[in-house]
Amino acid sequence: MKLTIPEEELMYEGTVDCQGCGAGLAMRYALKALGKRTFVVIPACCWSIIAGPFPYSSLQVPLYHTAFETAAVVSSGIKAALEIKGIDATVMAWAGDGGTFDIGIQSLSGAAERNEDIIYVCYDNEAYMNTGIQRSSATPYKAWTTTTPRKYPKARPKKNIDEIMVAHEIPYVATASVAYPEDFIRKLQKAKNIKGTKFIHVLAPCPTGWRSLPEHTIKLARLAVQTCIFPIYEVEDGKYKINIKPKNPKPVEEYLKLQGRFRHLTEEDIKEIQEATNRKWKKLLKKEEFF
Amino acid sequence: MEKTVKKRRIFLMEEIKMYEVRFHGRGGQGAVTAATILADAAFHEGKDVQAFPMFGVERRGAPVAAFMRMDTKPIDIKTQIYEPDCVVVLDPTLMSVVDVTKGLKENGKIIINSSKDPKEFNLGKGKVYTIDATEIAIKHGLGTKTNPIVNTAILGAYSKAVGNVKIESIEEAILQNAPRKKEENRKAAVEAYEKTRGE
Amino acid sequence: MVKKVIYGNHAVSYGARDSRVEVIAAYPITPQTQVVELLSEFCASGELKAKFIKVESEHSAMAACVGASAAGARAFTATSSQGLALMHEMLHWASNARHPIVMANINRAMGPPWSIWTDQNDSIAQRDTGWLQFYCSTNQEVYDTTIQAFKICENDKVLLPGMLILDAFVLSHTSEVVDMPPQEEIDEFLPPYEAKYKLDLDDPRAFGGLMFPDWYYELKYKQHRSMEKALKIIEDVGREFGERFGRYYGLVEEYRIDDAEIVLVVSSTVAQTSKEAVDLLRKEGMRIGLVRIRTFRPFPKEKIRKIASKVDMMIVIDRNISFGSEGVFYTETKAALYNEKSRPPVYGVIIGLGGRDVRVEDIMNIAKKGKNNKLEINKINWWGVKL
Repeated sequence: MKLTIPEEELMYEGTVDCQGCGAGLAMRYALKALGKRTFVVIPACCWSIIAGPFPYSSLQVPLYHTAFETAAVVSSGIKAALEIKGIDATVMAWAGDGGTFDIGIQSLSGAAERNEDIIYVCYDNEAYMNTGIQRSSATPYKAWTTTTPRKYPKARPKKNIDEIMVAHEIPYVATASVAYPEDFIRKLQKAKNIKGTKFIHVLAPCPTGWRSLPEHTIKLARLAVQTCIFPIYEVEDGKYKINIKPKNPKPVEEYLKLQGRFRHLTEEDIKEIQEATNRKWKKLLKKEEFF
Repeated sequence: MEKTVKKRRIFLMEEIKMYEVRFHGRGGQGAVTAATILADAAFHEGKDVQAFPMFGVERRGAPVAAFMRMDTKPIDIKTQIYEPDCVVVLDPTLMSVVDVTKGLKENGKIIINSSKDPKEFNLGKGKVYTIDATEIAIKHGLGTKTNPIVNTAILGAYSKAVGNVKIESIEEAILQNAPRKKEENRKAAVEAYEKTRGE
Repeated sequence: MVKKVIYGNHAVSYGARDSRVEVIAAYPITPQTQVVELLSEFCASGELKAKFIKVESEHSAMAACVGASAAGARAFTATSSQGLALMHEMLHWASNARHPIVMANINRAMGPPWSIWTDQNDSIAQRDTGWLQFYCSTNQEVYDTTIQAFKICENDKVLLPGMLILDAFVLSHTSEVVDMPPQEEIDEFLPPYEAKYKLDLDDPRAFGGLMFPDWYYELKYKQHRSMEKALKIIEDVGREFGERFGRYYGLVEEYRIDDAEIVLVVSSTVAQTSKEAVDLLRKEGMRIGLVRIRTFRPFPKEKIRKIASKVDMMIVIDRNISFGSEGVFYTETKAALYNEKSRPPVYGVIIGLGGRDVRVEDIMNIAKKGKNNKLEINKINWWGVKL
């Protein structure tokens, strides 16, 4: 059998992530893709815990924990130091959706505008999971969180961070899902060889916050793609390419019904989400066609 | 009490021979640069110096002031200048809106960029000197006809009128500090030095 | 050796250049802009081989310095007022992570209302972030302190960030003569920074991760101990600098205090103006001197105690106010003396907030009022306030 995923493990076993944590998987793949010459910067997020408390580290590469809103800029600072010292290495910012979509967007935008030579990975579990499931601007429409109770679920759609990053005209923007590790790894490896700011947005299901079964993590990460709720595509120098194109997209209900955070949805809600998903998917197909 | 202190201060100034100059210009005319170049020239003659702008927000065209302080001894004080020994007016149109002689010492000197004779100015105190720095600046291609850069020419007049900084030092400081047209600026200062008129 | 008439702001830029900083990250703010403009020119011309990250905020400026320092580079930034306040979170980060970053802060009053003029409330508000703080009083000292600060902060016993502070306009935009030694001599004084602890591919470690209560407390103890050790390092470095370049700076500057009955406790440019007031008062027969607190963090308690033990009265003049308390230098001075067996009365005066000019006459009149027992002892003496 031919291995499609690098064998080298740069993450130790026994990390303290929840059962079925998509974010844990994502890091394991990311380090396999990038290899030993990688510096990791982690702002406040689930990974601040998963990386291990003092004196431990669950990673076999240098790791800097930083303040919530600074992943992109601390990475820029590290990269500047490495460049001035002539050290050739990859600097990867590794932030959750809160640290990317919300509090970290200013320094991310700054770094992207300057085209800092870093890889920025947002592992997206669609809410502030580390603090106990509060809504972020990455939380999907109508989802329950502890700050969007079922009676008043989130009233606004998920922020389209990928298009925001594309608008910065950086060399590489990509989405990924932990259900498609080869695709994710290929994208990281590609990013490693591009100079400038690379933004990779990986969907990382969170059984705790999504109120789903740990054993459904991969299934959900796959269904998100197959229903076109979370399309997998890349934008290289402004050119769009959809990497996974479901021939017959599955109904969004299949994805939604496995998650307790959507338990309260009415048939009408589901219909609305389906229509919005179709609309967005069509738009993306058009973008691929035209750009 | 206030008064006695003030008197003492004037006494002290004379005693330590500190010399203070205030420049009046409009934002963008280079009053601050003039103060800095004069300070640099005095520094090259072995003086301790300070130069500073009016502490505030400068807007192009609005009245601005700049200051220069020099002494044969190290200067400690970090205050603004209230009683200058000399006032330099880069733009005579300012004189209708700004009291350029405010705080000027009784025996102080006023150098005005003007084609008029010094006698035509009746300011009530101080000794007036004039120089047509605008004409000289235009002649040497400094700035434009509508917006001539007179700050180097006026320094030549300062040297002549006040005499405590040599024209050679000012020429040297201009060559070191002028961002461009160094030689033209230097020549303008020399010409102004020669043409300065006193009462 | 180059002697030049330069702005206080440019003294910072030249100081950073001559310290051979490796990474600069900064965001413009009045009255700091000239610092970063000149540094940009140095980087563009190749005169300074540094990476200049032109960030989108001061918060990011400090965060970029944190990253650069974590990776072992000599990092520098400059800011003022609102910018410093925005950095606050990362000031703690820099100190707690033990990154010897050096920053210049131009003292500017906090808004609202908008003010661009000097007072110390911006830097005083960062007192407890674990940064060394040096309040400078001349452009020469600004240049010298920039270089010294790296040497002090990078010392193994210190490993803390340091802030040099200068008054808006009164120093930042004032040109004065600054003597800049040859680069080779500065290089000898300040060798390249070799970080003892840094992000390292050959020795991969995690920095700043979660720490439980059974260890955090000890780290704080060590951080504080390093501040205390810095007291000696500041003096040692000041002495070495003096031997090489002829200009000495330490924790405090004493001026005519040998036989003084009254001592003014001052800082920043007010101290320079106060020197002339002291000279004039001496001529009038008053036995007066002054102590300028140059190093505010760590606070030079022992120096203050020693000076206080020999005088009849201290008058602390603050260009800052801790609302609901008093001037901060006043508080700190009194606190240093509280447990002393004998101590002079200590008066507190607030002056010049928001850049109101502090004149020789002001200082003279404060001293005279003190001498005539006309200052209030248990109240703030608001000098020149219009009521």
